[in-house]
Amino acid sequence: MTAAAEAAAQPPVLEVEGLKKHFPVKKGLLSRQSGKVYAVDGVSFHIGPGETLGLVGESGCGKSTVGRTVLRLIDPTEGAIRLSGRDVTHLGKTDMRAVRREMQIIFQDPYSSLNPRMSAGDIVGELLRVHDLGNAAEREERVAELFERVGLSRAQMKSFPHEFSGGQRQRIGIARALALNPKLIVGDEPVSALDVSIQAQVINLLMDLQQEFRLSYLFVAHDLAVVEHISHRIAVMYLGRIVEYTDKRTLFTDPQHPYTEALLSAVPVPDPRLRRKKMVLQGDVPSPINPPSGCHFHTRCPYAEARCRIESPALREIAPGHTVACHLR
Amino acid sequence: MAEIDHQAELTRAGANVSGHWSRLLFYMRQHPLGAIGAVIVIVFVFSAVFADVLAPHDPLHTSAPDSLKAPDTTFVMGADMMGRDVLSRIIHGARISLTVGVASILLGGVIGIVIGLMSGYLLGWFDLLMQRLIDIMQALPLLVLALVMAASLGPSLENTIIAISIPLVPNVARVVRSSTLSLREMPFVEAARAAGMSELRVAVRHVLPNTLAPLIVLFTAQLGAAILVEASLSFLGLGVPEPHPSWGRMLSESAAEYVRVAPWLVIFPGIAISLAVFGTNLFGDAVRDILDPRQRS
Repeated sequence: MTAAAEAAAQPPVLEVEGLKKHFPVKKGLLSRQSGKVYAVDGVSFHIGPGETLGLVGESGCGKSTVGRTVLRLIDPTEGAIRLSGRDVTHLGKTDMRAVRREMQIIFQDPYSSLNPRMSAGDIVGELLRVHDLGNAAEREERVAELFERVGLSRAQMKSFPHEFSGGQRQRIGIARALALNPKLIVGDEPVSALDVSIQAQVINLLMDLQQEFRLSYLFVAHDLAVVEHISHRIAVMYLGRIVEYTDKRTLFTDPQHPYTEALLSAVPVPDPRLRRKKMVLQGDVPSPINPPSGCHFHTRCPYAEARCRIESPALREIAPGHTVACHLR
Repeated sequence: MAEIDHQAELTRAGANVSGHWSRLLFYMRQHPLGAIGAVIVIVFVFSAVFADVLAPHDPLHTSAPDSLKAPDTTFVMGADMMGRDVLSRIIHGARISLTVGVASILLGGVIGIVIGLMSGYLLGWFDLLMQRLIDIMQALPLLVLALVMAASLGPSLENTIIAISIPLVPNVARVVRSSTLSLREMPFVEAARAAGMSELRVAVRHVLPNTLAPLIVLFTAQLGAAILVEASLSFLGLGVPEPHPSWGRMLSESAAEYVRVAPWLVIFPGIAISLAVFGTNLFGDAVRDILDPRQRS
């Protein structure tokens, strides 16, 4: 049984339904609300145990907001978030504390995501302390274990973040995310700030850890090559909505949404003789404050018809496990 | 060919620094000016603590025949118009200056940190209200504000401390607030929240320590300022009352009348004030560098 099929057979670790996050735009002295940023506008997906869902899209499409809302670092405007079947959308602070042990985050910038005034060991160990796990000696031992697991040495626990390289810092970030034995880790572009060679190391580490601890990942990224390597399924986002959602193989071999097609044609292929049909999008992503009517993508879509400008396409399942939001498919 | 002395290189880089004493020596080598500042501060603190033992005479003992006596072997720094020994008064004055300076900074610092952290962290109406209050306080000069406070509280050591600490609050609060504003958006603060830490813990453990570097510089600068304001208040009769020896009052009392006939009455308290301010500033700069892990090599 493939990983994807196996994951589908089990109850999902994370279920997100109709998630919306609108940020108010305030103006003037009295902070009158003059508009809304439709950062996330009705997103649904699920992630099974030991599965990785890649969430891709251009900058500003709301993919990072999805990650933060799932972790309840931002409160959703609408929709439901279920962790192992439990609705955590409206949990209070105290209940949320326990839930936080189940889900953690790895940040994009390894420099600003570690407190410069705490030693690496303290950064990781603090999580164990606030959750009252073990005594001082046990916690130290656990942190040492985590350090060794992510490829750092025990001796480095005493060092401060500035003494590490970018890749090593990201390993500290991974050790921190693992400390509480979570089921789900949200990776907010965890490798895009690293050198390509280091990217590969970190991605492989993440994949090994997934195998070992049966972790589920929500992997937010804009680099399709990286996402292709690590993900089982992929959701493509455009202006706050998912436009295509399917397993990795189908997405890369048989993309149905014109936006996915355009993204794929932008991935460099390491073979100079291979010529592909190029599809270059015109213009920029429209503003999420005032998104286009109908299909959000119609302003840049080469196939757009009259209908696309008026009617918003729903996500439809065009083949088992392959959903697309396009009138033309 | 030049030989590399590995042991010397390691020592220079602080690689084999272990134990408190060798660590201290290492810091002193790294920050020679800070070491000078530390020595001045230590002398200052030492004379404040052991004033009773160190002072050659009773600082309060008056004697008419010794009035305005020039420095000699009995009165190393001369005697003032009431025949009191200037050296003894300076040694005892260190106690007053240090008490007033440190206590007012502690009091003002704590209030300022709490207000600044809450302002930057909670934002909303609390922040708005506090910032306008601080605007009002900052519109008045430190001395004027301290004067108003001292005049309404009445002259005593405690009231002098309160009068000097209140005007410090807006400065500290502003510095803490502005750092807090940028720090609260940092990913490591978000990580702390994602780990399920309470807001209080996030604020105290993750935000506050990162606001300290500019605060230490502010504190040491304010220590000098506090000593000067105390001097000014004492001169106006609103500071530490007679007969306690205060450097400021010693200086200002004699400046107008006796500077020509007995310059030692002005010179020595002046040197004491300058050295104390200078020493705390040097020491503060070094402490800031040492406390910042990024500058520790």
